[in-house]
Amino acid sequence: MLVRLGFFPSPTAHENNTAHQRVAAHGFRAGVDHRWGLTSSLVEYDRVLRVSPELREAPGRDRFLLSKGHGPMAYYAVLAAKGFFPEEWLSGFGAYESPLGHHPDRVLVPGVEIGSGSLGHGLPLGVGTALGLRAQGRDEARVWVLIGDAELDEGSNHEAIAYAGAAGLGALHAVVVDNASATHGWRGGIASRFEAAGWSATTVDGHDHEALHEAFTAPHPGRPHAVVARVTPKNA
Amino acid sequence: MDTMRERFTSILSGLLDTDPRLALVLADIGAAGFEEARLAHPDRVINVGIREQLLIGAGAGLALTGMRPVVHTFASFLVERAFEQVKLDFGHQGLGGVLVSAGGSYDWPAGGHTHMSPGDIALLDTLDGWTVHVPGHPDEAETLLRQAVAAGDDRVYVRLSAHSNATARPVGHGFRTVREGRAGVVVAVGPMLDNVLAAVEGLGVTVLYAATVRPFDGASLRAAVGEVTGTGGGADVVLVEPYLAGTSGAAVNDALADLPHRVLGLGIGRRELRRYGSIEEHLAGQGLDPRSLGERIVSFLKR
Repeated sequence: MLVRLGFFPSPTAHENNTAHQRVAAHGFRAGVDHRWGLTSSLVEYDRVLRVSPELREAPGRDRFLLSKGHGPMAYYAVLAAKGFFPEEWLSGFGAYESPLGHHPDRVLVPGVEIGSGSLGHGLPLGVGTALGLRAQGRDEARVWVLIGDAELDEGSNHEAIAYAGAAGLGALHAVVVDNASATHGWRGGIASRFEAAGWSATTVDGHDHEALHEAFTAPHPGRPHAVVARVTPKNA
Repeated sequence: MDTMRERFTSILSGLLDTDPRLALVLADIGAAGFEEARLAHPDRVINVGIREQLLIGAGAGLALTGMRPVVHTFASFLVERAFEQVKLDFGHQGLGGVLVSAGGSYDWPAGGHTHMSPGDIALLDTLDGWTVHVPGHPDEAETLLRQAVAAGDDRVYVRLSAHSNATARPVGHGFRTVREGRAGVVVAVGPMLDNVLAAVEGLGVTVLYAATVRPFDGASLRAAVGEVTGTGGGADVVLVEPYLAGTSGAAVNDALADLPHRVLGLGIGRRELRRYGSIEEHLAGQGLDPRSLGERIVSFLKR
């Protein structure tokens, strides 16, 4: 049986610090936005996602698809801290011999569900993953796709948003990290795009772990769920 | 006789009944034919609407969960419009699936250039690991579709066409020798065979039939060339393909790299015809009717 990792007596804060320290020890440099990515990912890995190195091939595991693949250092750090691969790999980041590139590659890195880098691929892949899980009766498995507000410019996302809402893909979740970096912004807000397509959607302060956790775990029967996490604007 | 697309609909509907790993993804095109299959397998017959980036991405996502996706629409939208999805969502992710196209290069001439895809196979040639089938008859399409679905996690492209030969040939493993001669080797791809055979009547050439063009059966070509040239002299090879002229030229050169040879690549030109009409008229417009083919082949062999 799968274990819901997050509901063990809270190791979160400790592990957060430990991961940060380990990453720092390996000379890893994460910017402010990327550090947000690290903490938010840790919130998910610790408290939301049912996935672990032991479960990484399990057909019914939860999937985390990092669609916004640039700046993956924090992601790698989480995977290393969780034991998906040796922490020693981190120091090789971007080197010819290293499996850890500036965009993650699922073929090279244990625990990475999709290779990304080109924007706008994660959500359609997530739709297919949710469809595949549904077709195989794996109703317990959930799919999380992390995208950026600027990545949302790519039209492929809107194909996926419209279809997933119409199809009622309740296993599908989108986390939109909104650092106000989309060149033309999103008049009317990001969440409204999802809501109009039939998703459940909520907007929270991306620095507030409890608000994030609440948004991540809100029930949304029969509908896909989007969490728009507002963080420090890129140009602030 | 049914068309290749009709055969695709009937055999895939049957395979969906027996293979729980199989899923079909559509973008409206062809959906009406699969309505019965969708009612029987609502979770495995998926129509995403007119959304081709999602069509390919969702197909690959199904493969991520271990399923065998079959993805279908017109070639122009399947390969050309969503090409980066084909490259990344299947290729870069290391996933397999079956892409089945219709429309080809000239199937709906009155529809004009927007619905023609002479460049599909040239585009796939920029990617790694795609098997490419170009059946020339509905029976061949059935054999090759069954083979494609059963091909593990391979990436397979099946190019269906409204244009077909009068009779089916054995297909499935490389090129077949249809006739033998000593004046040169003509490789006829899929629906081009009947016009090629009519064109070379009276010419002493070998005709190889190719319903699978990737991997390119260089061994059969070398064997045919060896029969023609014996121990010395150069080899003359003519390719007749129902898509961009010369698409397989590099494959011929690779196969004959250590032999003196000449290659003539016949097929669809880059220049738009900007004509409507019928398939027959388009074949003539592209110089692929028997008379034009005959003249071009004779002229090449004489040089």
